[in-house]
Amino acid sequence: MIASAGSRDYVVFDHVQKSYDGRSLVVKDLNLSIGQGEFLTMLGPSGSGKTTCLMMLAGFETATHGRIMLDGRDINDVPPHKRGIGMVFQNYALFPHMTVGENLAFPLEVRGLPRADRDARVMRALDMVQMARFRDRRPAQLSGGQQQRIALARALVFDPKLVLMDEPLGALDKQLREHMQFEIKDLHRRLGVTVVYVTHDQGEALTMSDRIAVFNDGRIQQLATPSQLYEAPENSFVAGFIGENNALSGTVERLDGQTALVRLANGELIDAAPVNVGEVGQRTLVSIRPERIEFKPDLMPEGAHTVEAEVIEVIYMGDIFRARMKVAGSDDFVMKFRNTAGQVRLSPGQKIRVGWHPQDARALDPV
Amino acid sequence: MALPTYATTLERAWRWIYLAICTGVFVFLIAPIIVVIPLSFNAEKFFTFTREMLSLDPDGWSLRWYDSLLTFGMAQPDAPRDARWWADMWANAKWVNAAKNSLFIGVASTALATVLGTLAALGLARPEMPFRRLIMALLISPMIVPIIITATGMFFFYSNPCGMFGLVGVSVTCGKLAGTYAGVIMAHAILGIPFVIITVTATLIGFDQSLARAAASLGAGPRRTFFHIIMPLILPGVVSGALFAFVTSFDEVVAVLFIAGPDQQTIPRQMWSGIRDQISPAILAVATLLVIFSIALLAAVELLRRRGERLRGLTPS
Repeated sequence: MIASAGSRDYVVFDHVQKSYDGRSLVVKDLNLSIGQGEFLTMLGPSGSGKTTCLMMLAGFETATHGRIMLDGRDINDVPPHKRGIGMVFQNYALFPHMTVGENLAFPLEVRGLPRADRDARVMRALDMVQMARFRDRRPAQLSGGQQQRIALARALVFDPKLVLMDEPLGALDKQLREHMQFEIKDLHRRLGVTVVYVTHDQGEALTMSDRIAVFNDGRIQQLATPSQLYEAPENSFVAGFIGENNALSGTVERLDGQTALVRLANGELIDAAPVNVGEVGQRTLVSIRPERIEFKPDLMPEGAHTVEAEVIEVIYMGDIFRARMKVAGSDDFVMKFRNTAGQVRLSPGQKIRVGWHPQDARALDPV
Repeated sequence: MALPTYATTLERAWRWIYLAICTGVFVFLIAPIIVVIPLSFNAEKFFTFTREMLSLDPDGWSLRWYDSLLTFGMAQPDAPRDARWWADMWANAKWVNAAKNSLFIGVASTALATVLGTLAALGLARPEMPFRRLIMALLISPMIVPIIITATGMFFFYSNPCGMFGLVGVSVTCGKLAGTYAGVIMAHAILGIPFVIITVTATLIGFDQSLARAAASLGAGPRRTFFHIIMPLILPGVVSGALFAFVTSFDEVVAVLFIAGPDQQTIPRQMWSGIRDQISPAILAVATLLVIFSIALLAAVELLRRRGERLRGLTPS
């Protein structure tokens, strides 16, 4: 039974609900299977229930309803210290009265490992995060990034099969955060552990994860790989939450299998790919990514539908330009174009025509 | 702390007034303690500086009152100072016995107050604890209710704890605590517990609860988490609470007057009866020794605290 649990269902949330006050549900009917060795990210705004899910998996919160399974075993009634799950906390949670080495040895001491064994494992874990020479320091003598590495090493030193990370990079500055994303991803690849990662930073989620579960309002809105999530969001929340997004509201005029004809607010008709619109006459939000919009007639993709646009402002962002335009009654329509040699410069007030491939316009539910 | 160059005349004047007030506060705090020290070396049986003392004549100064602390109450104080004299002193000298009692009662009640107070503070810090404020107020009340009231209540209750069964019509006498060491220790523990609760609660406010979670995630059960993670981190609060509890017991006289029997004569009680019966500079000698003892105690705790912070990698503040 244990072996047949299979690597695809290593962690299973089965109809899990959570309520703190007995009335409102923080987590509403969560169903999620995480494969062994997978890097799964729970992404969502604060209050979406993602951290509660992580805490239930760690055992610090109990599910009000439903089951949580780990490796084929129901862990609802297993206390946190017997689950054998490594955890990295947002504020590192290093023990301030112990040296780095003692912090790492703590889980090994608990497990009754002999001293020599302990020392070898501590050194191996410290080498893994390139912190071996800090073994005799105390956490207060380390920088934020160094403390984060120690916390990571401590969560991995006892060879857990599953590691949970609760916004572990939230307190670091941008450069260090990007560097640590890379290191965590690399460790995950090398060790083959299963990682459940919680963050509200979509960039972090996109670069690190095998799959992302987008949480909102206590439910998973979409569970998909980063590219699917970015390129094929299934509803307006996901489209708006992941990356920058232009949403044009309109009404479905005609619907056949592959395309939907949408009449925009100013009466213009455009083609879009129907995603979750069901019938003619329904209100919809058409979602288009800013970098899929073209304004130079000779580069316009085949079959593109063009609409009139008036440039409101152009922001210089180094590698790209970001132009805000008035399109179909919305004055928050954004287009991004690369800062290449000889790029056409736009100026405010200029009238241009912009277009996109109909497959890049996705007709989604109205919010 | 020099004034900035743009300070007005009024601000400069106020600064001098402010410094004068501060000095006044310190003088009134410290002078009564300091003045006792030279007076305790008085050669005469007076509480005033004699002419000889003021002219620094060696005859005006003596250690006789310190000596009297050892001899007072001895069977044969004037015998030659051999082993038998020392044994007599250890067994019979009133001040020595009072010191022994004070230390024993102080240490025992501190231990009791520290354990109970720490446990109470830990429990009261948990958000799921019902009636937290009410329980906290009850436990703190010995610090707020006038000691004479607490002591009176304790006297009646400790004289016959089973007397409360009288409420249900059963009249029994049992478990008398008044006049026993256990009674005095319990009374002092009750007076010391509020200090421990307050200091430990203050430490727990700064305690990062995710450390306890981290310990659990690393496989440590509740007991190991408490002794290896929580306890070392709240130790400064526990130690200063224990210190307050000890000092409370050590200088407490009202509850002792009510509850203690003749066997539980403590230093404050001995001073109390000394002041009433045979007023002499021996009291001042005791006071001087107590001042030195208190300073040593505070210094020791402060040194321990600094050492602890250094071990934790912090710079002592």
